[in-house]
Amino acid sequence: MSPVLRLLLRRLGISLIVLIGVSMLIFTIARVIPGDPARIALGPNATPEQVANLRAEMHLDEPLVLQYGHFLADVSRGDLGTSLYTNRPVTLDIAQFLPATLELVLIAGIIMVALGLPLGILAARYRGRWPDHLIRIFSLLTVSAPSFVWAVILMLLFAFYLPIFPIAGRISDIYDIDRHTGFLLIDTLLAGNIAAFGDAIRHLILPAVALALSGIGQAARLTRANMVETYDKPYIEMAQAYGFFPSRIARIYAFKPSLIPSLTIIGLDFAAMLGNAFLVEAVFAWPGLSRYGVAVILRKDLNAIMGTVLIIALTFLIVNVIVDLLIAFLNPRIRHSTRAT
Amino acid sequence: MIRAIRILAANPLSLVGVILVALVVFAAIFAPWIAPFPTHNGAVVDFAFANKPPSARNWMGTDLVGRDLFSRILYAYQISLVLGVVVLAIAAPVGTIFGLLAGYLGGWAEAILMRIVDVFLSIPPLVLAIAMMGVLEPTLTNAMLAVTVMWWPWYARLVYAIARSEREEGYVLAAEVIGAGTAHIAFREILPNCLPAIITKMTLDMGFVIIIASSLSFLGLGVQPPTPDLGSMVAEGARYLPDSWWLTVFPGLAILIAVFGFNLMGDGLREVLGVDE
Repeated sequence: MSPVLRLLLRRLGISLIVLIGVSMLIFTIARVIPGDPARIALGPNATPEQVANLRAEMHLDEPLVLQYGHFLADVSRGDLGTSLYTNRPVTLDIAQFLPATLELVLIAGIIMVALGLPLGILAARYRGRWPDHLIRIFSLLTVSAPSFVWAVILMLLFAFYLPIFPIAGRISDIYDIDRHTGFLLIDTLLAGNIAAFGDAIRHLILPAVALALSGIGQAARLTRANMVETYDKPYIEMAQAYGFFPSRIARIYAFKPSLIPSLTIIGLDFAAMLGNAFLVEAVFAWPGLSRYGVAVILRKDLNAIMGTVLIIALTFLIVNVIVDLLIAFLNPRIRHSTRAT
Repeated sequence: MIRAIRILAANPLSLVGVILVALVVFAAIFAPWIAPFPTHNGAVVDFAFANKPPSARNWMGTDLVGRDLFSRILYAYQISLVLGVVVLAIAAPVGTIFGLLAGYLGGWAEAILMRIVDVFLSIPPLVLAIAMMGVLEPTLTNAMLAVTVMWWPWYARLVYAIARSEREEGYVLAAEVIGAGTAHIAFREILPNCLPAIITKMTLDMGFVIIIASSLSFLGLGVQPPTPDLGSMVAEGARYLPDSWWLTVFPGLAILIAVFGFNLMGDGLREVLGVDE
């Protein structure tokens, strides 16, 4: 078995264990709720018989371990229960709202990598000089405010004062696009509507940048720190002694080893973005999982809350497995290793 | 101590951080005396001055019911700082104990404790706090509880990583040879070597706890009105953009200043205490 495949299987196994742990944690949180879930679901006007019937139906009379067993069995069948808020299966609700959130987070992730890594490389190359200081202050500033503050500031500057970008939403009302995937960037292209595609991108930019800002700062800082460390290695000195161009040294010899620790942090930042998407979506009226999440939380809609958290944790675990594989791919010591990792 | 002052003086950014933090702490403690309108931290209305832009009377303008925004921001700092201190005072020791035990004992303790930590870390921090606030009543105490529950695993992981490498050091072996107990080695021998990293992280985390707590109240899941909170102030004001810009800009900047201060200070501490990133 190739080392990368072995790593993949091992990571998937660990992820499965963690996912079961997450389901226990969510189940525990849902059961510490003060009051009777059946009573909350039915509202104050329900008769005691109705409450008793629903309690039996929700398995609330059985011991906690059995209740958890039922929950796990349902989840493994892909059944997250019915939302009390929309009266639809939670899986349907999530399938409707998740693509908008994923699209936002993915674009934000691309922006984070596309800006954060080059800034870090720049800072390392000009270590101790003014580009380095500027980038350090920028990084510290961007991580110093929650993304909803950046969202509000960006909206004020680039949607109201300089009306470059739209104020809210995913796409202008004039475009009627068939939703096949739920990802508007893909759906508009499938429809062959370039104008709508451009419109969707314009809607994406401000929320995605607001979401990415703190990640850009962190990625830049970390890349700088790793590059600086790599620059002190003997093989860099050797490359310099050979008279290679500084840009070639930076690109080939210093950047690649530095990228590996940065990737781990980028995986973690992705997790933070899944959470922060809740804040940015609220500011830009982005029709993603956040609006649904906050709505079901305010209504104490247990099935929907548990389903939403479970899906977000699953997304995060998948991203981390991908990040681990990327690292294994970039790192020849793992890629070519013959011993078990 | 002298070395610390010298490093701070040589590093103007850290000095700025210390000054910002000092200002924020001062503002919070003495809010009742500094605030031009000390009664405006509660449910006061003064419609004659409602929704006014910044002026000589109200430096940061007034909110929709005429309360002085500057006074409310000072009081909001009280809430933020108390929340940060309480959360870290619980999360850091709990996480440290978990991390020390897992790192020093190894074996089954390590496997079980660190898998529990993994579970917590695999839910985005804010989402876990949001989910907890979903089932709890939105009060200050519950917000502290929710943030603490999501915070301790980070300390467990940090301390675990240090303890695991320290376990192999000579001084630990020496302590084991002379028959020291597990608790003694974990808390008296290994813990002191974890302290610089823990203290640095706590300083940086003060800022991040303020961010998470304000995020909760921004979503309406934290401290409830009329208690002033920076997050809910931004949320309230965001509906009146761009005309009443001061309603969101000043509370937003207030968060930025406080967190920026703690970040700069933590960054400086990292150098003083010689902690790796």
